[in-house]
Amino acid sequence: MSESPLLSIQDFSLEFNTFDGVYQAIADVNIDLAKGESLGIVGETGCGKSVTAKSILKLVPSPPGRVRAGRILFNGEDLVQASEERMRAIRGLDIAMIFQDPMTFLNPVFTVGNQLVDVIMAHQRFLPQRESRSRREARDYAIEMLRKVHLPNPETQFHNYPHQLSGGMRQRVLIAMALSGRPQILIADEPTTALDVTIQAQILDLIGELMKDLGLSVILITHDLGVVALLCNRVVVMYSGQVVEDASVKALFDNPAHPYTQGLLAAVPHPGRSSGVLSGIPGQLPNLLDPPKGCRFQARCSKAMAACGEMAPLKRIGKDQSVACWLYGEDGHA
Amino acid sequence: MTRFLAKRGILIGVMLLGLLTLTFFISHVAPGDPAHLRAGPDATPEMVEVIRVKYGLDKPLMTQFYVYLKGMLVGDWGESIHSSRKVWDELVIYFPNTAELVIFSILIAIVLGVPIGVLAAVNQNTAIDHFLRVLSISGVALPMFWLGLMLQLFFALKHPLFPLNGQLHVLLDPPDPITHLILVDSLLRGQWSLFINAAQHMVLPALTLSVPGMASIIRVNRAEMLETLNKDYIVNARAQGLSAFRIIGMYALRNAMLATMAMIGLRFGWMLGGTVMVETVFDWPGVGLYAVNGAINNDFAPIIGSTIVLGFFFMLTNLVIDIIYGVLDPRVRTQI
Repeated sequence: MSESPLLSIQDFSLEFNTFDGVYQAIADVNIDLAKGESLGIVGETGCGKSVTAKSILKLVPSPPGRVRAGRILFNGEDLVQASEERMRAIRGLDIAMIFQDPMTFLNPVFTVGNQLVDVIMAHQRFLPQRESRSRREARDYAIEMLRKVHLPNPETQFHNYPHQLSGGMRQRVLIAMALSGRPQILIADEPTTALDVTIQAQILDLIGELMKDLGLSVILITHDLGVVALLCNRVVVMYSGQVVEDASVKALFDNPAHPYTQGLLAAVPHPGRSSGVLSGIPGQLPNLLDPPKGCRFQARCSKAMAACGEMAPLKRIGKDQSVACWLYGEDGHA
Repeated sequence: MTRFLAKRGILIGVMLLGLLTLTFFISHVAPGDPAHLRAGPDATPEMVEVIRVKYGLDKPLMTQFYVYLKGMLVGDWGESIHSSRKVWDELVIYFPNTAELVIFSILIAIVLGVPIGVLAAVNQNTAIDHFLRVLSISGVALPMFWLGLMLQLFFALKHPLFPLNGQLHVLLDPPDPITHLILVDSLLRGQWSLFINAAQHMVLPALTLSVPGMASIIRVNRAEMLETLNKDYIVNARAQGLSAFRIIGMYALRNAMLATMAMIGLRFGWMLGGTVMVETVFDWPGVGLYAVNGAINNDFAPIIGSTIVLGFFFMLTNLVIDIIYGVLDPRVRTQI
């Protein structure tokens, strides 16, 4: 990683104030995204992957959310410190996001065309004068975008309301919306979780195609390792608000280093080869209102040791692989 | 849509019949003798008997009901024992005054209530929100007659900014009717001094009538806005770079208004009933005051007539609200 990354999350910690105390959702997270890279963030529900992604665009409501420490650098600019007005110029135009459930992320009382045109028009004031569009031109551009995401009959669908569209079609509309500002980075927060399996494949194909065509850098948040293998070239594994492993897809699948990653991969069922009983990781998630000191996986880890009371830094153990675990010494071997 | 309207029309007819039956029997079995009241304290028993026979009050209750229903079917709403005039002729005079009062009150309640609700939601748990909450809870809790009296005391007597009661200065004549609403007609006819005088008379009663409605509109709209602002599509709108103004004023408010509309409809109905109180306090010549006088004199036909008119407009309002739902929410539109 010689050139400086496009997006760099550095020592980022975020907590939520709740009635029961301070919920330490994200602890000292470090993630880099290089230009043109496709990065997957995997982890189970509640591991902080969505909150991390939303933090990039400052979409975590505050209160209750509060950044305790760290920086999120985009082209050298710290987004944690950026004003709301500055963030508006970044959202959609530099960094765009698509979400988990297309059923609920479109406004039910406006036509999809109306919402798309609204987004395009909202971007106007941040674009140079020569690129400005009238509402009519925005309409044409919106239909062009809908065509680009392969929505059938875009002219007709333009006038339809979200409830008249299927889930896959709505996700296409949301993708068109996200890409209408020609962003450099697309954050996809579990974009296929709420869809049927066949539709999932179509949407993944579409994202893959757009990544290539538009030269997007992508952060793909998912708990589906298959999706990661399909679309990403690098993976960050998160557990309970901490980054435990950061590796190329090949290195991670060939040689998972962190005990949690090993457990995660072992839990993937292999049709035909499995004994019929799904394996899992014993124990349960730590309580983040009062998290253990150091590594949050230690209570469930078969290889836990005294040193785990302090979190290990991410350590390079191979060409494309870093891991945050004391099992790996200075020489990079267990 | 036609089917929907036809169904609702029939339903309103059935409900009106029920309302009429209920009001008829409740007013007739209540103690008191209208004939006696009409004849006066010095009347001989023979004179009272003459009045009783004239208005059919000597007949069995079921016969009276039958006669009344038969009259209603051909548009005869009966006659006021007290004034000896046809109830329909009197309602035609009084109803526009009530309509004017209620329309202005609901407009005040909506125009102030909706934005204040939004303001409270956007500033949730700040001093502004707490202040507005105290205001809106007091607004719901205050009895209207008390509020009316206090406003009269303060703004008409102590500081005579507004007239004490009535609808127009006694020496002024109402404008020639076009819509029968004095404010609107005086405006249409260009009679400015008349318009200003009518507007001054409108302020205190309309304010009194609008406060409880406004307070509940504030509360509902605040709660709905808070819920809507947490919806996924709001997160998406923010992620796409829409302005806070557009998100709050369009994307969230239109969704929040779905529930607020229900409260507005309900409150419009309440206001129709509330006129009974407010018109009495402010001596406003409307259906409410007419009904109260009817009740005091045990005058059945005006009581039933006023109830039917107010009830009909209550039901009509609910129908209009349901149609507005369809305008606001495309998901409802396809169902009706």
